[in-house]
Amino acid sequence: MSTAQPVATRRSVTGMSTGKLAVMWVIGSEIVIFGGILASYIMFRLQHDSWSHEAAHTNTVAGAVNTFVLLTSSLFIVLGHNAAENKDTKKAFKYIWLTILGALTFLVIKAFEWSGEISHGFTIKKSLFWSFYYTAAGVHAAHVIVGAIIMGIISLDVRKNKNLHRVELIGLYWHFVDIVWIFLFPLLYIAK
Amino acid sequence: MTIDHAHDTHHHEEGFFKKYFWSTDHKMIAKQYLFTGMFMGLMGGFFAYALRMQQAFPGKTVPLYGVVTPTLYNALATNHGTIMIFWFAMPVLIAAFGNYLIPLMIGVDDMVFPRINRLSYQVFLLSAIVLIASFFVPGGAFGGAWTAYPPLSANANYNLTPWGASLWLVAVALEFVAFLLGGINFITTFMNSRAPGMKMFDIPMVLWTIIIASILFMASVGPLIAGAIMLLFDQTMSIGFFDPAKGGDPVLWQHLFWFFGHPEVYVVLLPAMGIVAEVITVFARKKLFGYKTVFYTMVGTGALSFVVWAHHQFIAGIDPRMANLFTITTVLISIPIAEMCFVYIATLYKASIEFSTAMLFALAFLAEFFIGGVTGIFLGASGSDIYFHDTYFVVAHFHYTFVPIAIIGVMAGLYFWYPKMFGRMMDEKLGKIHFWGTVISFNCIFIPLFYTGAAGDQRRIYNYQNFPHTNTEFLSDLRTFATISMVSMLLFQIPFLYNFFVSMKKGKVAGKNPWKSNTLEWVADSPPPHGNFKELPEVYRPPYEYSVPGRAQDYWPQNEKA
Repeated sequence: MSTAQPVATRRSVTGMSTGKLAVMWVIGSEIVIFGGILASYIMFRLQHDSWSHEAAHTNTVAGAVNTFVLLTSSLFIVLGHNAAENKDTKKAFKYIWLTILGALTFLVIKAFEWSGEISHGFTIKKSLFWSFYYTAAGVHAAHVIVGAIIMGIISLDVRKNKNLHRVELIGLYWHFVDIVWIFLFPLLYIAK
Repeated sequence: MTIDHAHDTHHHEEGFFKKYFWSTDHKMIAKQYLFTGMFMGLMGGFFAYALRMQQAFPGKTVPLYGVVTPTLYNALATNHGTIMIFWFAMPVLIAAFGNYLIPLMIGVDDMVFPRINRLSYQVFLLSAIVLIASFFVPGGAFGGAWTAYPPLSANANYNLTPWGASLWLVAVALEFVAFLLGGINFITTFMNSRAPGMKMFDIPMVLWTIIIASILFMASVGPLIAGAIMLLFDQTMSIGFFDPAKGGDPVLWQHLFWFFGHPEVYVVLLPAMGIVAEVITVFARKKLFGYKTVFYTMVGTGALSFVVWAHHQFIAGIDPRMANLFTITTVLISIPIAEMCFVYIATLYKASIEFSTAMLFALAFLAEFFIGGVTGIFLGASGSDIYFHDTYFVVAHFHYTFVPIAIIGVMAGLYFWYPKMFGRMMDEKLGKIHFWGTVISFNCIFIPLFYTGAAGDQRRIYNYQNFPHTNTEFLSDLRTFATISMVSMLLFQIPFLYNFFVSMKKGKVAGKNPWKSNTLEWVADSPPPHGNFKELPEVYRPPYEYSVPGRAQDYWPQNEKA
């Protein structure tokens, strides 16, 4: 098996690095996945005024805190990218783990929120609003988990001063995860 | 070029497993996709054989298969469609040709992400295994049609395949993952790794078609992935996204499915069109008529293909005003496709045509696809579709589009690039037997089916003897004739398979450029070694400079300096 990078990977006709270009296309393909869920949700929502009564039971405060947590973690990964550009691996490592901490905080708050809702009978089967609520937020949470795992793997490389450019790549992905939440929060929590 | 020379091309021997199952070489991955696709295609063909035999001779034991029960009939029809689209047309047209041709034609050593490429094939193989496994679970394989409309697909009480339905969905989802991984790799390689000097309009048309197809796939499959998650929840937790009793809407699935499903037609059509462009220019020894016209037409077709999907739903209770809009867009999209066909015909004008097997298949593609396109207009117009919907007229129509794409187009490509892939020529005489046998049989299958459909044969019917208006001697004769032609078409694949496998060892040695073609893949050895080129080429001119006046040779390779 070839361990050396092929010439293909090192060429850059567009002027953009291969990794960055690929991450952009990954994000492009993800936009349409969330787009499909959210477009379906919005079409239903427009036809069913009654969903606002269901939405009244969501925990807006928890959602707002989570928005703040995710946005802050996005700032951390930007600082991490900046540190990686300056070859400050220690600082980059620290900021990556602060971002991961943000992801974990987000998930812990989410877990409290959901267990509270489920114990009050608002399960995924309660009504179609809750089906969408858990499906859309669940798919998003899966992205948060995957992002955190990838950041953990990248942090190990960063500590060995390897593949520093990957901090920027995961940063792009993390901003995307963040932006999806910025759509989910008003649609699922605030619209009442 | 300085950095390219640093590349090390030494070839080291690998073990059997590493070479055939764990390779990161784009050519090996292309062959993996090709052979898996061919195997699945034969399986899909065999399913079609069993279900057509049941139609011609209802209730009789099918030779080599056995008795086709009603449940089995549904499972065979469903999986015939699913396999032919997702496990035959896509892997062969996009993954096999894309993987093989992209790095070679842009003059580079491999894909930008070789290991992701390997992962893409492994996920694809897993998806095929999951699909095949669904035939061996309690209840059997899913039988709710390849479109998987709920409530039939969502509720095991209706489809009676509690395991099969979910496994089918998982297999399709895995296949999408494989093609997203592959597609991102294709597009990134195409954008970033072209040979020095290769400008936008120096790129061979087949690469444009594969790349535009990959982008279309990527942009359209997302909503269906979302829909698949929702359908899986409906199946496993009985949520009711698509269940009106629980506030859901079954038509939502149809929108999500066809928003993907119609662009998907162009995802497979465009690469076939690209293959035909390469074959026609080489065997007509002429420049492609209107390269830029074809390019812009393709972009236009791609954009338009996103706004035609509801023509599949004219009788699903959608608003008739919306049906009008979709009729207009559907009829509009026939313009760019017709234009592309005319451009190819214009390329043939005053050309010195060589009727090699590849060229015959390419020309047959144009003729047969034309019939598919023209009959599509009756289905795109909402008024006539109400009558034709869900009849064999529809079945005949889309087979007249998909068979030219996935069989005739693929064969044009295989006969053309075989010398590059395996270093030897295929036998032309056997090739011509294969060609005429396949094309004549194909027409004999589906022309009668246009008639049976117009006469009232609905799709997905187990036994037409059960309905007075379809239980006539004439219709029954037509069905039997179609079935016999179908068996004949399958049998005519034997000369092809023989030719394909025997020529690998016994064919005439091909040399680097047997067809005297211009594009970069013919600069490399046949078959190209690991790393493809001894010295990575540079590009000086567009790909179709054939019969340029004042030159001794009638071709002018892209990498030749002057």
